Amino acid sequence: MARVIGGIGTSHIPQVGVAFDRKLQETPEWKPFFDGYVPAQQWLERTRPDVAIVIYNDHGADLFIDKMPTFAVGVADAYPPGDEGWGPRPLPDAQGDPDLSWHIVESLVESEFDPMIAQELAVDHGFLVPMNLLWPNEWPVRVVPIAINVIQHPVPTAARCWKLGKALRAAIDAYPKDEKVVVIGTGGMSHQLHGERVGFLSRTFDNYFLDKLESDPQELTRITRRDYMDRAGAEAVELIMWLAMRGALDARVRRVHRFYMTPVSLSSAGLIVLEN
Amino acid sequence: MPETYDDIQGTYVYDGRMARRGYALSKMAMSLAKKENREAFVRDEDAYIDRYGLTPEQRAAVKARDYAKMIALGGNIYYVFKLTALKAGMKMSELGASQAGLPHEAFLEKIRKEIV
Repeated sequence: MARVIGGIGTSHIPQVGVAFDRKLQETPEWKPFFDGYVPAQQWLERTRPDVAIVIYNDHGADLFIDKMPTFAVGVADAYPPGDEGWGPRPLPDAQGDPDLSWHIVESLVESEFDPMIAQELAVDHGFLVPMNLLWPNEWPVRVVPIAINVIQHPVPTAARCWKLGKALRAAIDAYPKDEKVVVIGTGGMSHQLHGERVGFLSRTFDNYFLDKLESDPQELTRITRRDYMDRAGAEAVELIMWLAMRGALDARVRRVHRFYMTPVSLSSAGLIVLEN
Repeated sequence: MPETYDDIQGTYVYDGRMARRGYALSKMAMSLAKKENREAFVRDEDAYIDRYGLTPEQRAAVKARDYAKMIALGGNIYYVFKLTALKAGMKMSELGASQAGLPHEAFLEKIRKEIV
C-alpha cells in the first residue's frame, strides 16, 4: 500500500530559480539561503520517496484568469517547464505518475472535491523552485502536481485546503501500489508584491505560522483569507497551500528541519520538514 | 457571508471587481508568456496593444511602464510582471521599488527596516 512518509512546506520565490540557473548557490548573497535546504535534501536522500505530490499555484505560465480552476490535478506522463515570459528554464520535464494521478482524481471526486483534470500542464516557478531546492541535481521522484487558485479571488478558504489535504491522504492510503509519498506545499511566506503596501513582511506572523503548522494546524485553518493578507501581505494568501500539505499528514508529526530567512528577494523564505 | 478586505491599506485584492476592470490589461500582459508575442510587442508596441482593447488610461500606463498605475487599473501583478522581461529583465524587488517610487537599494533598506 502507498503511504505518506511526510510533508514539506517551502516558499517558491522566483528569483531563487534565477540564482539556481546562474549557479549562484555558493555566492555570499545566496549561500546562507541555499544552505538552509541541505537538511531537507539529506532527509529526502535518507527516506527516498517514490512520488512527490506538489501543491503549487501557476503564476501565468499555463493557467490564466480566462478560466481559472480552483483546484487542478495533473494526470500527464510528464510536465515541461513553462514560459513565464523569460523563456522556459533549462530544466528537464518532471516525470509524472498518471496511474496515481487518476486514482487521486477519482478518489477526490468521491470525496466531493471536483478538480480540473489536466492532461497537459506546463509548470512554473511555483512548482520548479521547490524541486530545485529539494533535489538540486536529478529528480528521483515521479510527481503529481496539484494547482490551487490563489490569484483570482475568491480563492479557497484555508479550511477548504485543509480538507483537500485530508481527502488527498485518504486517496493515497487507498492506493494499492507500494509507494512512498511525500507531500509538498509551496508558496509564501509573508510578502506583498503590489500596491502602496508593496514590500510588507512579517517575521512575527511567519514564525507563528511555522509553530502552529507543526503543533496546532487547525488553528491556522480558522484564519480568514482577509487576515492572511492583512497579517502577512496580500500574496501570502499562498500559505493556504501549506495547509493542504499539512492536512495530508498525521495529527502528530516529528519536525525534522525548519529554516527561515527574510527578506529573500521580495518575500520571506520558509522551510519546514515534517515526518509522519 | 463573503469576506471584506477593503480596509487593508495600499492593497488591491484581485477580486471580481479588479478582474473586470483590468481583464484586457492582464490578458495583454499574459500574452507575453509566448515568445512570438514578445517579439511582436517589441516590433510594434502600439499595434500590439491595440489588439487587446485597453482603456486610454491603461494604455498610457503600459506605454510609461507605470507599474503602480497598471495595478490600480486592474492589472494583476503576476501578469504585469511579464512586461519587465521585455528588456534586460527586472527582478521582482525592482518591480517593488518601481511601484514604491524608490531607488532599488533604498527600497530594500526600507522593507528590511519595516519588517514586523
